[in-house]
Order: sequence, then structure tokens, then C-alpha cells
Amino acid sequence: MFKYVTKRILMVIPVMIGVSIIVFSLMRVFSPDPAPIVLGQHATIKSIEVWRHANGLDAPVVTQYVTYVAKAFKGDLGTSYYTKSQVAAEIGARFPATIELAIAAILFATTLGVLLGVMAAVKKNSVFDAAGSLFALIGVSIPIFWLGILFIMFFAGFLHLLPSGGRINVMLEPTRVTGFYMIDSLTQGNWDGFKDAFIHLILPALTLGMYSMAIITRMTRSSMLETLGQDYIRTARAKGISETKVIGKHALRNSLIPVTTVIGLQFGALLGGALLTESVFSWPGIGKYTVDSILKSDFPVVQGIVLLVAVIFVTINLIADLGYAFLDPRIKYSSKKED
Amino acid sequence: MTTDTNTLLEVKNLSTDFVMNKGTVHAVVDMSFTVREGEVLAIVGESGSGKSVASLSVMGLLQPPGRVVSGEIIYRGRNLLALSPREMRDLRGNHISMIFQEPMTSLNPVFTIQDQLTESIREHMKLDKKAAITRAIEMLRLVGIPSAEKRIHDYPHQMSGGMRQRVMTAMALSCDPDLLIADEPTTALDVTIQAQILALIGDLRKKLGMAVLLITHDLGVVAETADRVVVMYGGQVVEQATAQDLFDCPKHPYTLGLLESIPSMADSEDDEPLYMIPGMVPNPLNMPMGCAFAARCSRRMPRCTQERPPLYEVEGRLLRCFLFDPSGEEGART
Amino acid sequence: MTEFDYPQDTPRPDPSSLTHLADETMALGERLPSGDIPDFDETLHEKPENQWLEMWRSLIANRAALVSLIFIAFLVFLAVFGPLLTPYNPISTNMAASLRAPSAAHWFGTDQLGMDIFSRVIAGTRVSLTVGLLAVSIALTIGVILGAVAGYAGGWVDSVIMRLMDMMLAIPSILLAITLMAALGKGIDKAVIAIGLVSIPEYARIVRGNILSIKQNDYIAAARVVGNTDFRIIFRHILPNALSVIIVRATLGISSAVLDTAALGFLGLGVQPPQAEWGDMLGRARGFIFQAPWTLLYPGMAITVTVLAFNLLGDGLRDALDPKSRVK
Repeated sequence: MFKYVTKRILMVIPVMIGVSIIVFSLMRVFSPDPAPIVLGQHATIKSIEVWRHANGLDAPVVTQYVTYVAKAFKGDLGTSYYTKSQVAAEIGARFPATIELAIAAILFATTLGVLLGVMAAVKKNSVFDAAGSLFALIGVSIPIFWLGILFIMFFAGFLHLLPSGGRINVMLEPTRVTGFYMIDSLTQGNWDGFKDAFIHLILPALTLGMYSMAIITRMTRSSMLETLGQDYIRTARAKGISETKVIGKHALRNSLIPVTTVIGLQFGALLGGALLTESVFSWPGIGKYTVDSILKSDFPVVQGIVLLVAVIFVTINLIADLGYAFLDPRIKYSSKKED
Repeated sequence: MTTDTNTLLEVKNLSTDFVMNKGTVHAVVDMSFTVREGEVLAIVGESGSGKSVASLSVMGLLQPPGRVVSGEIIYRGRNLLALSPREMRDLRGNHISMIFQEPMTSLNPVFTIQDQLTESIREHMKLDKKAAITRAIEMLRLVGIPSAEKRIHDYPHQMSGGMRQRVMTAMALSCDPDLLIADEPTTALDVTIQAQILALIGDLRKKLGMAVLLITHDLGVVAETADRVVVMYGGQVVEQATAQDLFDCPKHPYTLGLLESIPSMADSEDDEPLYMIPGMVPNPLNMPMGCAFAARCSRRMPRCTQERPPLYEVEGRLLRCFLFDPSGEEGART
Repeated sequence: MTEFDYPQDTPRPDPSSLTHLADETMALGERLPSGDIPDFDETLHEKPENQWLEMWRSLIANRAALVSLIFIAFLVFLAVFGPLLTPYNPISTNMAASLRAPSAAHWFGTDQLGMDIFSRVIAGTRVSLTVGLLAVSIALTIGVILGAVAGYAGGWVDSVIMRLMDMMLAIPSILLAITLMAALGKGIDKAVIAIGLVSIPEYARIVRGNILSIKQNDYIAAARVVGNTDFRIIFRHILPNALSVIIVRATLGISSAVLDTAALGFLGLGVQPPQAEWGDMLGRARGFIFQAPWTLLYPGMAITVTVLAFNLLGDGLRDALDPKSRVK
């Protein structure tokens, strides 16, 4: 087991190096020179040269890359071309909002997706199954930004039930400790703040999680159907244990094994979808910041965000793989053999 | 068939269908048999003869599109088909238990043997966890698993096929059932392991005094273990007799064919090729009008393809063949 | 998983006869001891006269797939002839008639610049379909070549290509696409390239996987023995066998390309105004969500039904090609 984990972790390193090279070369080699964009049309050649030197852009690309990576390891992701503020600090300030949203979305997607998938498989070919399949099909077909718009129209505009955007009422904002408002407000005993943060979180989380929920539903259903056809399910039934136990214990554990991988992949997709969701709900995370920075050619910011997201994505998939090993004892066994 | 006092299970006119888009498969047609306390009844037939479907019907484990359409399954005076799912559950794994064909896939790969073994013990014997584990280890010893208290923590993939079938047997026997249904319990195993498992089942039957309903296609297995035999073909019982009678003097042409196709020491000396019943099992979606076996029968008569033969009672055995029609002139030919 | 599970020297089972059977045999297989219900469908092993014809028959027997196929044909018609059919010029503004609710004159209402939304939704069909098709073509061409080379060559070539694909997959595709847009600049042509590039790994992986599984077959060895070059073997023998899987993937790929196009448009990175594109229309009308909901309703609906149609067609194709996947 230890060897398996180590091996999987070591495999991440070349991928991360590769990602950093790809992103770096996209930004510094293939992109148009940011100087005229940043300095405006009236910049003189002299001022452009000064600016390029100040931002280290006049050095050879390889040198630039090495410098960047060396600094990145110390937590220095450079400074924004515009605000001159530290990219790491800017990202750090916005990132908890995005993560809070993504976690809420994946929790919703996983819980409901697994539940619907299991029910659809157990009641195969029923009206319920058909409705579930249709729901899942629409879930993968609807653009999330439009779904968010529809939610706002209905729940905020028509029912006046939920807020149309933002993260919390500024009056109730908790003191920033973790940056996760749900946690900060709770630990500070700010009950109203907690409620308000929760209410603001509902629509964005539903919007962002819908696609993943559809995928997880489909995956769980097909995996469950396959499991239900296995001999050991018949054995379990032959023992005379309750059907709830047959499904909830014997079938579920087995059918969740492939689903964990999908959940890991979906979390990565969520980080991408967050760009759009945040934009619809004016959610103060990295999504809007990313889009703005791209529009302004603020490359250090874009680079920092893409790298961070890649690190998180790869880590989540690693965790999903390890979860796979946890759920399936056969994996542990084969890695034991390697020892 | 009269119901004597020591009848444990009586199946009366059982019919089971599989309704599918392409048509209905009558997997079991009007089947009757009894299992007495403590005896071994073997149901023999080729694959597709309906023997496994019959056993699943008894267990109440038939899943859609399979459905019992008529008949009664009476266990100790109670019709199992009329029981609620809850009542049936109390019976399954407790009074009636089952061993399946595939030991490699019949155990859940993600749970330990202990987990899977104690499940039914706790469910039916209402024991606490500790007592259930003690019982489970005891059962594993009974089925001959060495260092049972260690192996109980294993996962199924850490065991061989033979070991797994022993675990399956332990699981089936853990609540002292009165009836054990063994569906091809040895088919998937090596020959030497087959003999061990059969001996084990025979042994435990005597020790625990349960009845065994043995489902198999292997007449060799039947000869070694069964008291009485039911031969099935195309979903119907074609012959029923004591094992002694059946092997000494097989009567139904199909049974004859089955027996002739068993390799024996005598055969191996001369170079004659092994006998095989010609032709194929009929398409269950398109059963012939007359006798299901007629197309392959060496003693086919014109009426065999026209009408279905009933079960005739001849010398204490049951036979579904016009050769034994007491009113017909053909009857003399036996 | 695919038709390649069947040994190549045996005839493929007749898909149309199998589609109905698949559910039943699965249902039976779920409960019955294996082999107890014999292989009772004799047509199963008959040689089909033409596998593409059979696939087509099986596809149009699937109602959802047939409806989506017809709908896609309609979309193609709109994309080609749409500009001739629109009641208004989709890019002419009329500030006097801005934000009008749907009416007989403007079926879908007008937007903030007074442009007719119905006309713009129809005009947007061309952009979405073109971008979808072009992006998939790019991804397909590069992905198939990379996957084929990786799978066929194996060794370090395989490692290098597949690690590169892993790296691309380590960045969520929409983030990678907008990063590419940042490098390439705004515009619909850049969007095509960005969307196409990000889905390369999917095709490369599928093709590589298929090639690995069929590379070992005897007929490939035979082709080599008779002196075919590697290139020839890949294009003449291996790719045609992977074709059906690629077709399914590409159909589903169009639906995600349409979604991505709309997403880039929504973020303001796609087409430049005043050209009509569904995502861009949504992005620009966002401020009028409560004031003029129709500005947001119809373009979104257009994206959804288009994506839905390609998804249904893709599912239908997969089922037609592989009856075993029907239960999934």
C-alpha cells in the first residue's frame, strides 16, 4: 500500500513539470507581447523596453522559466502587470470562495447523483428510471451559465426566495480566518452570517453541480446494474438478509468503486465550470479574476491560477485513486505482492 | 405422490416462465417432486433444462422477467409462494439455504469472509457480533478450513476456488438449515476438489441431518450421492426413480442416452467413441408440439411429434414417454 | 465495450436483432446461473450483409436517435439557408425598438440594441454548427494521428505522447481553452482552434486503446508478413476498425464543442459583435435578466436543444454499434 501511494505521488511530478512548461510557453512564447496592451497605445519604444526589463521579459525564455519555477517553490508567483500586487496573495484572497463553491457543488452532485443512480438501477425500466435518465440527459446538455440564469429568473426573480448573486450580505461578513464563510461564521458564532452564506451558496452550487450530478447518476446507474447482476448479490439474497442491506451494503460498495474515479474527474471539471458559474452569480472567487486577467493579458495572474488549478486537480485525482484502493481490497493485495 | 409424514418440501405442478419481447420461455413446466427429511434428491438435466430455474423458484430468488405462473411449493405445510417477502427472508438462509455453482464469483470481493459469514448468523440466529464470529469460525472448521480463526479475516480473492466453495458451504450451513439446495456445487472445480466438496456435503448431511436438493448435469455425481433422482428435459420432468433403479435399469430414452454418454472404465478399453445424444436441446422460445425430446430420440414413434406424453407411473417410478403408455400397444416393448 | 470484443474472424452479430435481445439477455444473465438459458437466438450468428446498413437500421429504430437526427438535419438546413429566412437582418440595430417583448412582429422579442432575437437565434445556428464541426475535425485529426502513432509504435513514443495528453488533461478543459484564447487572442477562429486543441487527448486515448486491443490480432500480423508498411497498416487495417468508436465519440464531441463555444461567447471571448452567436447573446443580455427575460430564454434554449440532439444521436449511435451498452 505504501509503495502504491508513493508511486502514484511520484507520477504526479513529471505531469506538473509538463503543465508548467505548457502554460509558461503559452504565455511567454505564443502570446503577443503584453507590453503594448498593458502600457496602452501611446507607449514609447523606450518605455516598453523599460517595462519589459522590469518584468524580466527581456531575458531568454529558458531563464525566465527557471526563475519563475524557483520563485514559485517559495510561494512567489510574480506580480500583476497592472496592480503590481503579489499574484499569490491575490489568488489566496479569492480562492477560498471558489473552493467553498466547488465543494458544495460536488457534495450535492455526489449525494444526489449516487442516490438517483442507485434508485434508477434498482427500479430499472420503471417510470422513475426513465425520468432519471431524462433528467441526467438534460443535465449534461444544458449550458451551466444558462442554467444559472434560469435559476436566478425563477428563484430570485419570480419566487423571491433566494438571492440572485453575491456571497454574503456585507453586514454579516465574518472575520476572515479560513476564508470559507460557512466555517468562519460558524466558528465565530455568527449564526445569521452562516445562514446568509448558506442561502447565497444554494443556487451557485446547484448550478455548478448539475452537470457532475448527471454524469455521476449515469455512472452509478450503469455500475449498479452491472453489480446487481453479479453472483454475490444472489448469494447475499440467498442468505435471507434484507433487500436494503443487499443493495445498500453488498451492491453499493462494489458499484461505487468505479464511481470514485468519476467523482475525482468531475471535481476538476467543476473548477473549470466555476469560471462560468462565478461569472453568472457575481461570486467573488478566482473565476471572474481569471477571465478579467485573460482579457487584459495579465499573464502572471493567468499562469498562477492555471498552475494552482492543475495542482489541485491532480491531487484530487490522486485522492480518488487512493479511495479506489481503499474501496477495493484487491488493489491493496496486488500492491502487497509487489513489495 | 402421496404426502407422507416425513415430507419436507413438496413442489406441486410448478410452472415458471420468462416473458420476453421475443416470446415466452416456459423454463419449468408443470413440475412436481418431493424432498423427504434427510434425503438427497438429485435433479439432473442438461443446461437449459430448467433445473436451476426450479431451484431458484423454491428459494424465491427468481428475478424478473422470471415468474412462477402456477403451482405450489409447500415447505413444512406452508406454501412458500403465498408468503410475504419478509416471511420468505426469514426462511432463506435459515431453514432453506443454497450453494451456487461459481465459488469464484459468488462471494462479495470487497468484504472479508468474517463479514459475509456472520451476516446470516446474526440475522437469523440473533447472535451478537462476538458470538456470531465464534459460530463462524466453528463453521469454517467444520467445512475443513485450516487455521480458520486466521483465514476468517481474508478476502475472497486470497482463497482458492475449493476454499471458497467450502466457505460458501459454511455460509449455507451456518444456521442449521433443514434443506440445502446445491446448484452444481462442484462444476467449476478441479476433479480432486470436486470429490472433496461432495464428500464434505455428504458428510455434513449425515452429521446435521438435513436434506439436500442437488442440482447437477453430472450423473457421476448423482450416482455417488443421491437417494432419488429426477431427470429433467426441456423444462419437464421426464423420469423420476430411486437412484438404485435409475442406474440399474434406466428406462426413459433420454436417461438412457445420458447414461451411455458417461465415460466408464469398460469403454476406455475398446476404442469405441463415446456415445453422444444426437441433435440439440430445442429452442425454448419454440418448443416442439409433441414430446420435447422427440427430435433426438432413437425410439421416436409417429405420435411423439403430435402430442405431449403425460407422466406414467410404472413400477414405482415416473416416466414421460409413450413407450410406457399402458393402453398403447407400444407399452409391451419395454 | 465495443464491437471489437468479437473476434475478428467470426462474423459480427447482427446488431438489429441484438438490440432487443440485449436487455433481455442481460436481465436473464443477471439472475440465472450462466448457461442455463441457452443461446436461443439463431439469427445471432448469421452473417450480416452489410454492417453499416445494419447499424443504420438499428439507429433509426431508436426513436430518440431518429428524432435528433431529423432535428440535426433541420439545424443544418437553418445553418445553410438561415440567412435567407430570417424576418430581420440579424445584425441591424434599432434602438427605437429595444427590449420589446415577444410579439407577432418579433416572435422572440428584441434585445437591448433592438435586434430581432428570432433572426439572431437562427443566424447563430451557422456559427455553432461550424465551430462545432471544425473544432471536432481539428481534435479528431490530431487526436487520431497521435493516438494511432502512440498505440502502434509503443515504447518511448507512446510514453511521450500519452504523458503530454495527461498534462493537457490536468487542466480543466474550459480553463485550458480560455488560456489558449488568451495566447491566441479573441475571435471565433481562435475559439475553433482552442476548443479543438483541448479535446485532442480524448480521441488520442480512445484510438490508442483500440489499437492496443486489436494490434495483437492475427490479421495485423498477416498484413505485416505480406510486407505492408507501418503507415499502410495503420491507415488501411487498424483505423477502419476503430472507426465506429471514433464516430460515436465525435458526435458527442460536437455537443461539447457547441457548449464550449457558447461558454467562450458568454465570457466575451468568442465572436465579436455584432455577429450573432448564442453564448455571446446570453453574455450581453445578462443585465436584463429581470427586465427582459426573453433575451436570455431563447438563445439558451437553442444551445440546449442542439446539444441535446447531438448527445441523443451519439447515444443512439453507440447503442447501434454496440448493443451491449444499451443497458448502461
